Amino acid sequence: MKNNNIKKLLEFERPLLELYQKLEELKEVSASGKMDMNEEIRMMEKRIRSLRRDIFSKLTPIQIVQVARHMQRPTTLDYISLIFEDFVELHGDRNFSDDPALITGIARLNGQAVVVLGHQKGKTTKENLARNFGMANPEGYRKALRVMRIAERYEKPIISLIDTPGAYPGIGAEERGQAEAIAKNLREMAELTVPFIAIITGEGGSGGALGIGMGNRVLILEFAIYSVISPEGCASILFRDAKRANAAAVAMKITAKDLLQLGIVDEIIKEPIGGAHNDPELAASFLKSAIIKHLKPLLSLSHRELIADRYNKYRKMGIYLEE
Amino acid sequence: MSIHDWFKRKKETKEAVYVRERLDIPGNLWVKCYKCGQAIFAKDLEATLKVCPKCNYHFKLTAGERLKQITDKKSFKEIDPHIKSKNFLNFTDSKSYTKRIEDAELKSSLSEAIITGTGKMGGAAAALGIMDFSFMGGSMGSVVGEKVTRLIELAVEKKIPVIIFSSSGGARMQEGIMSLMQMAKTSAALGRLRENGLPYISVMTDPTTGGTSASYAMLGDINIAEPGALVGFAGPRVIEQTIRQKLPPGFQRSEYLLEHGMLDMVCERKKLKGTLTRILKWFHEK
Repeated sequence: MKNNNIKKLLEFERPLLELYQKLEELKEVSASGKMDMNEEIRMMEKRIRSLRRDIFSKLTPIQIVQVARHMQRPTTLDYISLIFEDFVELHGDRNFSDDPALITGIARLNGQAVVVLGHQKGKTTKENLARNFGMANPEGYRKALRVMRIAERYEKPIISLIDTPGAYPGIGAEERGQAEAIAKNLREMAELTVPFIAIITGEGGSGGALGIGMGNRVLILEFAIYSVISPEGCASILFRDAKRANAAAVAMKITAKDLLQLGIVDEIIKEPIGGAHNDPELAASFLKSAIIKHLKPLLSLSHRELIADRYNKYRKMGIYLEE
Repeated sequence: MSIHDWFKRKKETKEAVYVRERLDIPGNLWVKCYKCGQAIFAKDLEATLKVCPKCNYHFKLTAGERLKQITDKKSFKEIDPHIKSKNFLNFTDSKSYTKRIEDAELKSSLSEAIITGTGKMGGAAAALGIMDFSFMGGSMGSVVGEKVTRLIELAVEKKIPVIIFSSSGGARMQEGIMSLMQMAKTSAALGRLRENGLPYISVMTDPTTGGTSASYAMLGDINIAEPGALVGFAGPRVIEQTIRQKLPPGFQRSEYLLEHGMLDMVCERKKLKGTLTRILKWFHEK
């Protein structure tokens, strides 16, 4: 458990390492029964919490990117099991294959029947290979659309969880129309007659994220990011040096706070101290209340109102000068 | 790849730069084909609609050249010429975005990467969007997204079809996430066009990739591409880096996309106006 805590530490959390080691020592002494260290342990845990809160209140954009990509960050399947009941996964796009990088299904949220879908990353290298690191192929986007249509036919809201580095850039993906699959989803999502909530839970990677992300409401977790290109990609193209990802992350305004300010997201969902991976249950409970809160007003809207609401939301996006 | 190939590739790239530079200088008498190296008399190239007479390579067209080739004389009426980009993120890489916009305006003599308006082809009216690669690689930011959306809304109002000529590397990174949102905005507008029973013809020219291909460029009722155009989602370099393999010959070119069912046709430039007119007239028929 303690070792696990240390293993999860990111580079900028190094100051915590020493405290964790001390905590471990205290616990050992305490466990050996020589001395009662309970008070000291409590104090040390308190110090860790407060230092962690301190560190996380001052993260730079590129550090937030690291949290968003943390290997132990809760995945879509984690959130599904923590938030939803009666989940039944649905597979396949009915054309070519089933995409394990994007999962879809039917479930209940607080008793309400919903469709839930999202990108699926792995937590180990083996899992990530099986899930293609959460990078969906055209089949994933087509499966998502198929299941959204089921939601529409049976008047169920759609909850979409976004966590992907981007749509997969591979030969097969191009052959089978990655661009077409995403473009079609955008057009069709705009016209869905059911409430649609999208939440960026980790990495919101460009078109691969937007391809399942045109919600009536778009929410974002505190340490998630949403970006038109990865900071590394932007750095290598515009700054001519992939190592300048830091500068690119700052310049592109990809953090939850920036996105709220730009009007891209409707609300930032708080994460537990130290990020969602430090307390997945608590993170899930914050996420659940936010979804329920935003879903409620949408449930009373008519088909027409839902479409208009969504159209107007995206119609307004863009900043330009007009003489 | 042998060492000889490596040298050859490098030479070609240099040549490409040379040709591009030459093309940008007006008054040049001779132009060298980017693909086959054939020296072409500039006047002849104009007569062939900027297609190499030897190898059929389709040179990139400016929006102005495209308009002239496609629309009936004096039929084009531009809309929204005064919407301009703004550096709202205060984005600066090696240059500030503000400076990049100014440079692009000078280089292309355009105010943005797309011209929109209404025009006629063989007498048939359509709402036309024509992208220009020379303005920041035809990248789509707020202005391109807004102009495309307004164009589609105008078409709905006037009950006319939409034709968009794409030439774009994708979303404009200098506008961050806002450029991504233009994909949503334009695609939603196309949904409305469709609801209103109006057709949309997408013409993809070299290159059409990234956010542009993953939104309005791929959504045509009819998808057309010019021969040899690079069309795809991810750029070839990104794919090569990801899969660490060489890409098959012809990959992501129009002919390859036609073979894989993504296009209705690959249409040579000299037949483009006639083809579009025929299609427009078919749709116009009651």
